[in-house]
Amino acid sequence: MVKTQELNFECETGNYHTFCPISCVSWLYQKIEDSFFLVIGTKTCGYFLQNAMGVMIFAEPRYAMAELEEGDISAQLNDYQELKRLCLDIKKDRNPSVIFWIGTCTTEIIKMDLEGIAPKLENEINVPIVVARANGLDYAFTQGEDTVLAALAQRCPKTQIKPSLKPPLILFGSLPESTANELTLELERQGVEVSGWLPSKNYTELPEIPEGAYVVGVNPFLSRTATTLMRRRKAKLISAPFPIGPDGTRAWIEKICSVYNIIPKNLEERENKIWNNLKKDIEVIKGKSVFFMGDNLLEISLARFLASCGMHVYEVGIPYMDKRYQAAELKLLQEVCEQKQTITPRIVEKPDNYNQLNRIFDLQPDLVITGMAHANPLEARNINTKWSVEFTFAQIHGFTNAAEILKLVTRPLKRKLPEFKLLPQE
Amino acid sequence: MKLAYWMYTGPAHIGTLRIASSFKNVHAIMHAPLGDDYFNVMQSMLEREKNFTPVTASIVDRHVLAQGSKDKVINNITRKDKEENPDLVIVTPTCTSSILQEDLANFVTRASYNSKADVLLADVNHYRVNELQAADRTLEQIIKFYIEKESTSSNSNIKKTKKPSVNIIGSFTLGFHNTHDLVELRKIFKELDIEINLVIPEGTHVSQLKNLPQAWFNLVPYRETGLRTAEYLKNKFDMPYVNIPPMGLQQTADCLKAIQNILNSQGLDYNFDSYIQNQTYFMSNASWFARSVDCQNLIGKKAIVFGDATHAASFAKILHYEMGIEVVWAGTYCIHDAEWFKQELSNFCKEIIITDDHNLIASLIAKSEPDAIFGTQMERHIGKRLNIPCGVISSPVHIQNFPLGYKPFFGYEGSNQIADLIYNSFTLGMEDHLLEIFGGHDNFQQDSNFDINSSSVSWNNKAHEELNKIPGFVRNKVKRKTEDFAKNNQINEITLEVMYAAKENNS
Repeated sequence: MVKTQELNFECETGNYHTFCPISCVSWLYQKIEDSFFLVIGTKTCGYFLQNAMGVMIFAEPRYAMAELEEGDISAQLNDYQELKRLCLDIKKDRNPSVIFWIGTCTTEIIKMDLEGIAPKLENEINVPIVVARANGLDYAFTQGEDTVLAALAQRCPKTQIKPSLKPPLILFGSLPESTANELTLELERQGVEVSGWLPSKNYTELPEIPEGAYVVGVNPFLSRTATTLMRRRKAKLISAPFPIGPDGTRAWIEKICSVYNIIPKNLEERENKIWNNLKKDIEVIKGKSVFFMGDNLLEISLARFLASCGMHVYEVGIPYMDKRYQAAELKLLQEVCEQKQTITPRIVEKPDNYNQLNRIFDLQPDLVITGMAHANPLEARNINTKWSVEFTFAQIHGFTNAAEILKLVTRPLKRKLPEFKLLPQE
Repeated sequence: MKLAYWMYTGPAHIGTLRIASSFKNVHAIMHAPLGDDYFNVMQSMLEREKNFTPVTASIVDRHVLAQGSKDKVINNITRKDKEENPDLVIVTPTCTSSILQEDLANFVTRASYNSKADVLLADVNHYRVNELQAADRTLEQIIKFYIEKESTSSNSNIKKTKKPSVNIIGSFTLGFHNTHDLVELRKIFKELDIEINLVIPEGTHVSQLKNLPQAWFNLVPYRETGLRTAEYLKNKFDMPYVNIPPMGLQQTADCLKAIQNILNSQGLDYNFDSYIQNQTYFMSNASWFARSVDCQNLIGKKAIVFGDATHAASFAKILHYEMGIEVVWAGTYCIHDAEWFKQELSNFCKEIIITDDHNLIASLIAKSEPDAIFGTQMERHIGKRLNIPCGVISSPVHIQNFPLGYKPFFGYEGSNQIADLIYNSFTLGMEDHLLEIFGGHDNFQQDSNFDINSSSVSWNNKAHEELNKIPGFVRNKVKRKTEDFAKNNQINEITLEVMYAAKENNS
């Protein structure tokens, strides 16, 4: 029996591999159907998007680069005029209901005043312009969505709560339509009405957020959005674990119900039924060890779910750890580890990939969840890997999608291949 | 500012990283924000690389913006020096560090005092050069550094190798079919009894670079990367070089003849004629294939070509001279090499396009309605949209263009591969005829892309039926031409007679 301890937090050098936060445009443009995303940056940004998004780029996406040229950098060209020209083109060709400007490292360094230009230009061309600074200087991968939603939260219509009614509930986080519907239904089944989602399917349908409304996040990387909703919109944040895995989904629903003084019905049965359905896959991973290198901020929730499934989690690397926003999730992780009598993972913020690889070679985990840069080289050294980015694109929320997470996790473990011999380096 | 969502060449630092990671035991450090190390993903995914990509980032974050990198870059260099023991650390600026204007050169100098490895700063400016130009420059820079290091440390007299030998310059990571091309080149040189002195940068240690001048000549198979190095070696050591890409039977022969002349001018008496003949007519099947009756179907077919300068120019020549296919226009995104490109093709190509704007290419393709496209992945997608087949002949490419099987574009096996690629890109001969005679495949499903209601002129039932019998891949063309004919002649309803009249008029 392993003795469990308090969660142990460390911080390394921040030399790790992750996607640039501008990648959020790839899923957000699909989610917000009347939007257009303009990434104001350089060839480097464009090259990343083009290669990371693969075939999506050919489907006439509703995003584009405003590629900065030497004249823009040295201020020989006027930012306002340049942006106006491009946005008018976009308006003419695509007629979006909103244009998002994604600020990048370069706009930060040359201090382009996007927040200042946007309101003026918005009036002039008559299309709302929302500015989000999703740059690699400050943020990692999924945090890009956080910056966009935080900016979007300011655009939600303001109303007053009717004194006779309970405060409304708004969920925040971008999920595929079907997943969002499932979670909404799950809550409605308990008698909790969901009054809106941030983001909505269309910009024109953003939810009303009155002062005193309840808000709850569906993803662990939305701390800025949560802060904005609390401080700027005076909403009340429900701090809950995230609805990832049946354990997380149940805890999430219970917490929301408790806020509305509802005693949840049939929730335990529902959770048990899902666990029962997962039996076969759990057999594959039970007792096996996993190492998260860390790159998308879903790590704590996934680690908690995999620990619930009986895996031993050696290390949870994570780009950024908001202990307040993730408080309930961290607590649940510790409880699960205690209950399962397994090791409490070390949580490594801003990890150092080089050091991590050394730890991986020492520990020889059964599975490493990692980015593409390390996956093939690790496989060549007979270490099973799962590409972490797939967790951000797959549907993993709610009761029914728990199977989807296990499908991803078990796939490399089910594949039985003979040991691969790597020739010694000369 | 420029509105864009696709580009044919990447940013400068990618070129530097491709060169650095091709050498053995060279480590690159990017001065870049988090997320800019996407190169590692491409290397690991596209090339399915088994080893960790020797590229790390010295992260530029808020603190760096506020206070400068201070010792961060230096520490990262010395740390890598200890961890990996590289022969050379090459520091590369990115778009971000270009505008920070930190004195990277100073960091590099300071770091070199404390590290065993040599340390270099890649001399590339993000806003002035693209990926390919940067690769060309970085390669030259590294070669120059090691050549000059050698000539100051010892007064070595350069001895040529006993047997005639060659340096192959410019085969590197993420190059389009580079590894296969290299195998083919090795084979040819073996058969010609020419030794390969060095291949750079792929798989070479920097310590070997001092041996470069021992070769009798240099071969630069791709124009994009290697020419600067070859020029440098020519000026420094009077080394001649050949830069005809051995792609297609004609160019392979030209390349070998140029090599023959160079060697003979150094006192040898080589004659490759019989080798070239033997290979062309017996070892390769491409020349016979082009003569065979099957390829008669290709006569009069129209193609367009677009890609990097090397591949686009070579393909245009092969299509025109070796397969008898009309090249309606050819183009390249290597704007910096426009003059050479125009010169090469102006003899037979009516129109030459120099652009890196994929929208322009898309509209030109739509306008010229070729029977096949030979281009990059972007042109493949344009072709998909327009229902025109496309063979991919140049970067930028996806993972399927890094095939496991042996698929060179160079030399005699290369011309076989190219002939297959060209032939398979067009609708096959007999199929083409049968479709025309019997009015398409026996499809129950109607082509959903085709919408008669979109027409500006009305079609009567019989004409509509006849139109549907025309094979899918030319149907839209026939439809449009017929409608144009009707409009020009003030005809409001298209009947069978109008269709035939239009056909007559157009033929």
